[in-house]
Amino acid sequence: MKARTMGRHVRESLKSLGRNSWMTFASVSAVTVTLLLVGVFIVIMMNLNQLADNLENDVEIKVIADPAADETAVKELEKQVRSTAGVQEVVYSSRDEELDKMIQSFGDELSLYKQSNPLGDALYVKAKDPHETAAIAKKIDTYDYTSQVVYGEGKVEKLFKVLNMSRNIGMVLILALLFTAMFLISNTIRLTIVARGREIEIMKLVGATNSFVRIPFVLEGIWLGVLGAIIPMAVISFSYYELYAQWEPKLQNELFQLLNAMPFILQVNGLLLFMGVFIGMWGSFMSVRKFLKV
Amino acid sequence: MIVMKDVYKKYPNGVVAANGINVEINRGEFVYVVGPSGAGKSTFIKMMYREESPTKGDILINGINLATLRNKRVPLLRRQIGVVFQDFKLLPKLNVYENVAFALEVIEESPKVIRKRVNEVLALVGLTQKARMFPNELSGGEQQRVSIARSIVNVPKVVIADEPTGNLDPDTSWEIMKIFEQINALGTTIVMATHNKEIVNTMRHRVIVVEGGMITRDEDEGVYGYES
Repeated sequence: MKARTMGRHVRESLKSLGRNSWMTFASVSAVTVTLLLVGVFIVIMMNLNQLADNLENDVEIKVIADPAADETAVKELEKQVRSTAGVQEVVYSSRDEELDKMIQSFGDELSLYKQSNPLGDALYVKAKDPHETAAIAKKIDTYDYTSQVVYGEGKVEKLFKVLNMSRNIGMVLILALLFTAMFLISNTIRLTIVARGREIEIMKLVGATNSFVRIPFVLEGIWLGVLGAIIPMAVISFSYYELYAQWEPKLQNELFQLLNAMPFILQVNGLLLFMGVFIGMWGSFMSVRKFLKV
Repeated sequence: MIVMKDVYKKYPNGVVAANGINVEINRGEFVYVVGPSGAGKSTFIKMMYREESPTKGDILINGINLATLRNKRVPLLRRQIGVVFQDFKLLPKLNVYENVAFALEVIEESPKVIRKRVNEVLALVGLTQKARMFPNELSGGEQQRVSIARSIVNVPKVVIADEPTGNLDPDTSWEIMKIFEQINALGTTIVMATHNKEIVNTMRHRVIVVEGGMITRDEDEGVYGYES
């Protein structure tokens, strides 16, 4: 295709936005409303996901060494645990530190145990993939010098189950929303094209090729998508930025953290723009197809 | 130029609109196609620019066989044919000049050629003064002249007209017919479906009568008329 023709297509598609201003308005509104919904939903889902990740990553295995084991034996155990497949991080805590922790939680009465500490040294183990926790714990339990392995058995599995379920529900909802958006928008665009079926018919009768007919419509779809994405992008960027500025300092030490505003806003905007463009393009493409059989 | 060989057309609803049509139209001819409504006139015309395809048989236009023509090549066929309709089929949002230029833009002509050709054909149909007006500001006859200008702007070898005077008063019809005569005089083949008895009997040309999906009469310098 000649560059001049492409220029014509771009001009025509822009002109047609103005000529069919009501239809443009209808399509852009449809894109705006749906993308706004999808955008808000994505922001919520991504943050909940972040919370879920934090919860999962908070899961750790506490390995208590045999109190009878001497220093070299504990070192040996630590080495063994470190080299276990799937282990990400091991933090050593001596039996005295362990006792201090207990005294802190349960009170000074326990101080008398300082004379002869009955506790063993402890290793705090984090799995690379939190879902592997149970398997790793089981493995570590078989090592010599391990006296006890604690990881919130049962509770952890339940937590993972709930988190997984909420993630899946979120994905399904986002997909359903996207599907609705596509349907709604392609229908609106179809209306605008039906109104112009005559134009397409005449183009075909004077010898226009299918792509010549289609390209201006597809470009128009892209503009509709871009125009429709502007308001959702602005609203979501602004609100999230404000929300982040307001709440982030208050959530400093909480398990629930907001995703950092900066790359996140850009990512969401990129995604919304892409969805707008894709939906507009796809909607036009599918709708024009029906009218090309003249 | 145009050859139809044993053309047969049956619509999905069972109507047989062409029942073994054989005809040959030569370069530069002016042909009227007459016949009662529903006799297959429109189908006959529509098959020539491939709006309808024959169920059986061959149609050759300029050596292109429409029966085997792939859909992708249809635009190339249409660029060699000008089509004029009873209802003009103009784009209401484009002015006269743009409506005519449209036919050339679609085939990616250069702006220079477009300007030259459009001004030429607008002069031919006598609409130079109204080039910037929109279709709804024109009379029926003027709209039909725009439509004719559009059909000939890419210098087609054949112009096919489906009742071009069907919506026009007698005086205007004559004006339109004069333009067709002029185009024909320049060497363009014209095939015209019409119901206008006066025109057919006055501007004498070959007359093809289509009845019941068949050609029942074919006379040079013929007159209007059919049995049913």
